[in-house]
Amino acid sequence: MYRRHTLFGSIWRHAVLLIFVAFALFPILWVLSASFNPANTLVGQSLIPRNPSLDNYREVFTSEQYPIAGWIRNSVVIGLITSTLVVVMTAFAAYAFSRFRFRGRRTGLFASLLIQVFPQMLAAVSIYLLVLSIGRIIPALGINTHAGLIMVYLGGAMGVNAWLMKGYFDTIPSSLEESAMIDGASPFQAFFMIILPLARPILAVVFLLQFIGTYSEFILASILITSTEKYTLAVGLQFFIQDQYASRWGVFAAASVLGALPIVILFTLLQKNLVTGLTSGAVKG
Amino acid sequence: MMELGKLIKVVLLGILNVVFIWTALFLYGIQAYWILLLLLVGAALINYVFISEKAYPYRYLLPASFFMILLVVYPILYTVYVSLTNYGTGNILSKEQVIAQLQDRRILDADAGNYSYRVFRDSTGQLWFLFADPQGSLLLGYEGKLEAVTEEEASARLAGFSELARAEVVRATNELSALSFALDEVSYLQMRNIYSFGVYRPQYQYSPERDELTDLESGIVYTPVLGYFQAPDGTRLTPGFREVIGLGNFRKLFANPQVTGPFFRVFLWTVEWALLSVGCTFAVGLFLALLLNDPYLRLRKFYRGILILPYAVPAFISALIWRGLFHTELGVINRILKATIGSGVPWLQDPFWAKVALVILNLWLGFPYMMIVCLGALQSIDNEMYEAAVVDGASPWQQFSHITLPLLMVSVAPLLIASFSFNFNNFSVIYLLTRGRPPIVNAQTPAGHTDILISYTYRLAFESGRGVDYGLASAVTLVIFLITGAITFLNFRFTGELEEVRKNV
Repeated sequence: MYRRHTLFGSIWRHAVLLIFVAFALFPILWVLSASFNPANTLVGQSLIPRNPSLDNYREVFTSEQYPIAGWIRNSVVIGLITSTLVVVMTAFAAYAFSRFRFRGRRTGLFASLLIQVFPQMLAAVSIYLLVLSIGRIIPALGINTHAGLIMVYLGGAMGVNAWLMKGYFDTIPSSLEESAMIDGASPFQAFFMIILPLARPILAVVFLLQFIGTYSEFILASILITSTEKYTLAVGLQFFIQDQYASRWGVFAAASVLGALPIVILFTLLQKNLVTGLTSGAVKG
Repeated sequence: MMELGKLIKVVLLGILNVVFIWTALFLYGIQAYWILLLLLVGAALINYVFISEKAYPYRYLLPASFFMILLVVYPILYTVYVSLTNYGTGNILSKEQVIAQLQDRRILDADAGNYSYRVFRDSTGQLWFLFADPQGSLLLGYEGKLEAVTEEEASARLAGFSELARAEVVRATNELSALSFALDEVSYLQMRNIYSFGVYRPQYQYSPERDELTDLESGIVYTPVLGYFQAPDGTRLTPGFREVIGLGNFRKLFANPQVTGPFFRVFLWTVEWALLSVGCTFAVGLFLALLLNDPYLRLRKFYRGILILPYAVPAFISALIWRGLFHTELGVINRILKATIGSGVPWLQDPFWAKVALVILNLWLGFPYMMIVCLGALQSIDNEMYEAAVVDGASPWQQFSHITLPLLMVSVAPLLIASFSFNFNNFSVIYLLTRGRPPIVNAQTPAGHTDILISYTYRLAFESGRGVDYGLASAVTLVIFLITGAITFLNFRFTGELEEVRKNV
């Protein structure tokens, strides 16, 4: 359906695309510019800062009242731990759903479908009370602990991911494990040494989606984490900016740039895999 | 190798069991019997699953199911329970706590007059009081008891004790006012002010057998009705208590005009919002995908790389940035508008413009996703179709509407439905950009013009200035759950994933 372009056809196509490029880049460039603008205010900012400086970035790392760099570190650490655990746990569950036949399999599959529809944040009240009482027995998992927050994230992560992974496992022929087991491997070894390496693309997708989701989550984090230095970036950045755009714009911009970096890097690294995952139904949080 | 694996399993299971036993003892110690029972059942299950060969598949499911049941299934069930109660501001406490609180209320018997007092401390630190009633007779008060004494007896009993000076009394006010001395069956002496004690009696008496609360002064009997102690004439005592009230919250949602009005407005906007979001992002994404799929276009890789960028930025950061850009007085968008067309737009103050701002933001966030998805789908369409169409003399528009669109829809439609239900519950964009504002005037519940159901619920539960209403919030949660559940179900029917489940069993 495509034909060689006439001069006019070529011009309007590039013009339209450039308009969308401008739309896509406009906020990003504007924030990059603000982050290097020493004025730290929304007033009178121009796209190319007059006296570029790193003051705002320095503030991100040194502010004692708003430990923004610490928030980013918290978010990255919580995201990495959560995503790793989720990938491991879901891989096990999805493998069982894909390969074994057992009682409750169908119910389990339906349940994980149904449950992913329930927005976990809306059960925040009961989750808060639950974590409170868990904390009475095991203080390390209580309110205002990162471990407790990670535990809550682990619960909410199963539904979609289990389905994504099961779908992928289904496409790997089971003859591979069968031949391994004839050679004397246990079912667990067959899973661990044959299937998991083959499933690396989907593991990467689940890891990335989970990392982005955890990194951006702020409802449960804002309810469960109470002290400023333990905030995640998604909670802390809101706490920092409140409605003070006029007076904190520059530092906010620097924090945004630094805070977006981990995701942008991961995204660029795993982009190819991600596209596969997206077309099979995942939605980024 | 097998043997080593078994050994590791046995050791791990052993360690786990030690942890279980230790926790069980601890729970027994703090008398948390229900949790103890759950723990024992769980421990038995885990041991069974790991020892029995028949339960082999469940080993793989155990960690995931554990966290899912604890942190998703249990909270869902709890939400169902709360939706059937009146839990919220005014009804936070349990019935026992409310009864205790009401029984603590006292009334002052003003006719009985004031009791002046002197207070002494003995060598063990205990306090002794010497009261003089309005007629001048003396009473010795200690350990909550009163004893009539003469002046001589009093000075004999109090000999050697040190009397507290006025300044010391002031410092010990908290200690003193916590004390009471029984005068008779019902009334007692309690500190009234720094100079004197007064005669008090409890205002209410609770009878556990009849489950009634009696006002001792007026004789009115209060009975528990829907979370409050209520008099025959309908007067209620506050605070109320937490109680199962059945379907009251759902009835309120669909029958109380002041709640129903905002609820349906919010519901309508939620649907509009989800449709607009999917429609705009899909239209732009498909359009760009069609342009970029063109093999004759130069710089395709460059355009694709740039246009995908908004998708790589975490949405919460983008939303906060856009809020700065939309800032009415100082934001760059209004500055550009002022410079070009002469006036700005009240982005976040006017209901209409706030909605426009939201749609623009969501378009920015969402079009790259649709573009990627459409590009993938376009590439899978066989080129021979178009060649045949050209031979038959079809125009480009006919090719698009008769070949491209229908074939594209086969793979993209389920994603559109998924995107619809994602945006239906897209809390973070709404919350971060507008917080649901501007508010709807005259609404009994805190509802805003840009609130979608999920943000409305969040505000009902956590942010209302007039107090929180967990019961109503939980009811709305279940309504949301039903709607998104239905959409998802349709979607799975559509893609045949449910058949997949059936077939596989």
